[in-house]
Amino acid sequence: MATTNASAPSAQGESAAGSTTRPVVNDFSIQVATVNGSGSQSANAVLLKSIFGMGIPVSGKNLFPSNIAGLPTWYTIRASKHGYVARKKDIDILVAMNPETAKDDILSLRAGSVAIYEEGLNLQQYREDVICYPVPFDKLTAQVCPEAKLRKLVRNMIYVGVVAKLTQMDMAVVEAAVRRQFAKKQKAADLNWGAVQAGYDYTTQSLTKHDPFVLERMHATEGKIIIDGNAAAALGAMFAGVTVVTWYPITPSSSVVEQLIDYLKKYRVEQDGKASFAVVQAEDELAAVGMVLGAGWAGARSMTATSGPGISLMAEFAGLGYFSELPGVIFDVQRVGPSTGLPTRTMQGDLLSIAYLSHGDTKHVMLLPGSVKECFEFGGAAFDLAEQLQTPIFVLSDLDLGMNNWMSEPFDYPETPIQRGKVLTAEDLKRLGGFGRYKDVDGDGIPYRTLPGTDHPKAAYFTRGSGHNEQALYTERPDDYQNLMERLNRKFDTARTMVPAPVVVQNGKSKIGIIAFGTSDFAVTESRDQMKKEYGLEVDYLRLRAWPFTPEVLDFVASHERVYVVEQNRDAQMLSLLKLDLPAEETVRLRSVRHFNGLPIDARSVTDEIVLQEGI
Amino acid sequence: MATTATPPPAPKVNRIGLPVLDYRGGKTTLCAGCGHNAISERIIDSLYEMGIQPERVMKLSGIGCSSKSPAYFLSRAHSFNSVHGRMPSVATGALLANKTMMGLGVSGDGDTASIGMGQFVHLMRRNLPMIYIIEDNGVYGLTKGQFSATADLGSKLKTGVINDLPAIDTCALAIQLGATFVGRSFSGDKKQLSAMLKAAIAHKGTVMLDVISPCVTFNDHEGSTKSYKYMQEHEEAIAEVGFVPHFEDISVDYDAGSTFDVRMHDGSHLRLHKLHENYNPTDRVQAVKALMEAHEKGEVLTGVFYIDPEKPTFTELLNMVDDPLATLPQERTRPSKQVLDEIMNRLK
Ligand SMILES: Cc1ncc(C[n+]2csc(CCOP(=O)(O)OP(=O)(O)O)c2C)c(N)n1
Ligand code: SF4
Ligand SMILES: [Mg+2]
Repeated sequence: MATTNASAPSAQGESAAGSTTRPVVNDFSIQVATVNGSGSQSANAVLLKSIFGMGIPVSGKNLFPSNIAGLPTWYTIRASKHGYVARKKDIDILVAMNPETAKDDILSLRAGSVAIYEEGLNLQQYREDVICYPVPFDKLTAQVCPEAKLRKLVRNMIYVGVVAKLTQMDMAVVEAAVRRQFAKKQKAADLNWGAVQAGYDYTTQSLTKHDPFVLERMHATEGKIIIDGNAAAALGAMFAGVTVVTWYPITPSSSVVEQLIDYLKKYRVEQDGKASFAVVQAEDELAAVGMVLGAGWAGARSMTATSGPGISLMAEFAGLGYFSELPGVIFDVQRVGPSTGLPTRTMQGDLLSIAYLSHGDTKHVMLLPGSVKECFEFGGAAFDLAEQLQTPIFVLSDLDLGMNNWMSEPFDYPETPIQRGKVLTAEDLKRLGGFGRYKDVDGDGIPYRTLPGTDHPKAAYFTRGSGHNEQALYTERPDDYQNLMERLNRKFDTARTMVPAPVVVQNGKSKIGIIAFGTSDFAVTESRDQMKKEYGLEVDYLRLRAWPFTPEVLDFVASHERVYVVEQNRDAQMLSLLKLDLPAEETVRLRSVRHFNGLPIDARSVTDEIVLQEGI
Repeated sequence: MATTATPPPAPKVNRIGLPVLDYRGGKTTLCAGCGHNAISERIIDSLYEMGIQPERVMKLSGIGCSSKSPAYFLSRAHSFNSVHGRMPSVATGALLANKTMMGLGVSGDGDTASIGMGQFVHLMRRNLPMIYIIEDNGVYGLTKGQFSATADLGSKLKTGVINDLPAIDTCALAIQLGATFVGRSFSGDKKQLSAMLKAAIAHKGTVMLDVISPCVTFNDHEGSTKSYKYMQEHEEAIAEVGFVPHFEDISVDYDAGSTFDVRMHDGSHLRLHKLHENYNPTDRVQAVKALMEAHEKGEVLTGVFYIDPEKPTFTELLNMVDDPLATLPQERTRPSKQVLDEIMNRLK
């Protein structure tokens, strides 16, 4: 089975699992193995929200197939009193609901883990070193759910009851989570709560707890929210005042726009019933990005959301956007490539292709959110940057961040007013007597523009992807072209001063550092603690949040002997970008840690690789 | 008034007080005699005569000789020469951003019927409020004369190469896809093209005009079905087109027995002097039939084939606020702090 990449017991067993009775409190992972389309999402959400409701830091990851129904799916929940939310390499409690994968599932467990399964599967025959809790799911389901066609769904709630009892969950919190999950459907809530209770009662009466995994109330989640990165990005866009949204459905980005549509319908329809936005499901990604740039040109705050295959299609337009200086926001929720790849698995694999997307000397500003909060914040900032810099802005999230639920501090209302960049009005033109569309008046490489409809005879200009001079007239003159390209470079340098700076954690003594970005942050944060605890190794950390790089990056690299660039792709794409940007004598310090099996990177993989390369 | 004895002298300015000079563009860089230049001239005339404020127009195009031509008319309008075959998406975005603008798209037969077919189809289907002109020469002019997908079966290139694939009829296609004003004309037919363009300006949905526009450099010779000579011999108008803007007196030269009057949404009239029995431009089935029959006979049918002045446009369907989305103030695009707090509370 594919979701844990270790089967051999690890030397540094992270949760002191085993047949010992010393309890392991608030520090373990649960994996539910089901088939997709079986309706286990509600049950998994209840488990997640119950742990959250008990004040314990928790994260959930859905590992699903690219298929509509009937293929294996795993949902992993990690409770961590330390607040670690990265994927945990090992599973502590397995709920094996899928007979097809059950044998593999139990074989992949470490000794001392727990397995809960339908008793008919007899999984105990495969592992003597795993604590087994067979449960007569079918029988219990039939008792609580007389209606045969609902049984498939209700069956899942029974494992919630079993896990709740075994881990000593607060049942009042569980009931609240169930009732909230089915808030609008009283009958469904009752039925599902009945199933949870049946699982709970069965466990109380018929099973004896042998495992050490328990939950205890904490107060670490108070005031926090749970949200997925795509919803967060959608909120960021709405509060940034997005007006034109185009898309072509593709996993894992579809839910950015789907959720945005819900929000817009609720909060951006005016009193007369008219919308202060337009959403278009385009015929393909070429059209989606063409509409974004057309809208940006005419003055809208426009965006689209896509994933790798869509990015590839957008290449020609991306170059047009760069060269003729058109604002627009493109969210890329990255998935595993190349080609169709693994559509439902995660990767940080589009960096290089986006950085230089399109032919000729083209380059694009990329924002790299590392949390749902940053999906919200960068989702908003991208629109300001697009209009201020007059260029397409790419926001690179990934499937792990976009489609999974994460805990977060609530989002802050944007403090600064919406920034619309250098736009000249008819009054400005009256005063100035005219303007040069591509003239660098301010020395920052950013020219002034006008919007179609500006009521002044000198407002118009001709936008083209062919050679143009400062007056936007066609030219093939060598100096015109070279001046334009150099100005675009100046503009890119201006972007360096406007994009989010990296987050740097350093103690001034460490000789080694880590550079990472996006969802690798969760694993790196935990790995740094592991390295300190287990090897006494203190490692500084710089988390990149944008490209082009800001000066902090050079400072960080130059002040360490070795810097490990941690990323989730095969070709060390971020390392390549760093090598292109940094002075050659500094790049010798860079090392690479890569993770690219489609699963989110975990802390142990980072630690093991760095320890290996350090020769410890 | 029509009763005035002597016609007024040709006006130096139009009804909004602008001289025709204000509708001109840069000097053309297309070949002398290129049909595209003649079309630019007709566009200038019709915008001038209709009294359209140049600043209220957005010119949009793809890539090709034809797509360059927006540079040669209406310099006072914003223009967007985009990428090959993708003008429809750019136009869609621009019109969503500002639906109060008039969209005027110029494309070529290659730009539309080959690389741009996908976007063309969906633009027609959406009934986006704009005028979409194909300057149709049956070849790729800018890349030096390869066949395009509108070249007729059996037509010959200068090099002697014969086209062995059937032509795509962009008009029949547009009618079937949902465009609400579809016509074909010839760059050399001043009167018909001007009348059609003026009616197009008055129409509220998608106008699709396929204008046969000979490429004098690569496709104006014996054996080409898109040459001046061929057109003069084979053109057959289904109806003589007259257009009466709503601000002009309607009662001129009216002959009820032989005209079909289409009332445009702005109150103006498109008047078809019927040459063919029973030609009704509101009947899609008949329109497509007429096109196919003419094709069988080796004729090039011109005229306005189909009009639906009522069908909702794409921007109407989206039910947007009346003001352009582009310039909505922050108060209307950023929900309040209370809204964010409410959403955050629900996620706790
Ligand atoms: C993606 C892409 N492929 C190819 C070209 C080369 N190209 C430029 S114009 C053109 C054909 C134009 O033909 P048409 O639209 O009929 O315009 P015309 O020049 O005949 O007016 C081609 C193939 C291009 N610009 N972009
Ligand atoms: S090559 Fe043909 S289409 Fe192009 S400008 Fe010359 S005549 Fe016109
Ligand atoms: Mg052509």
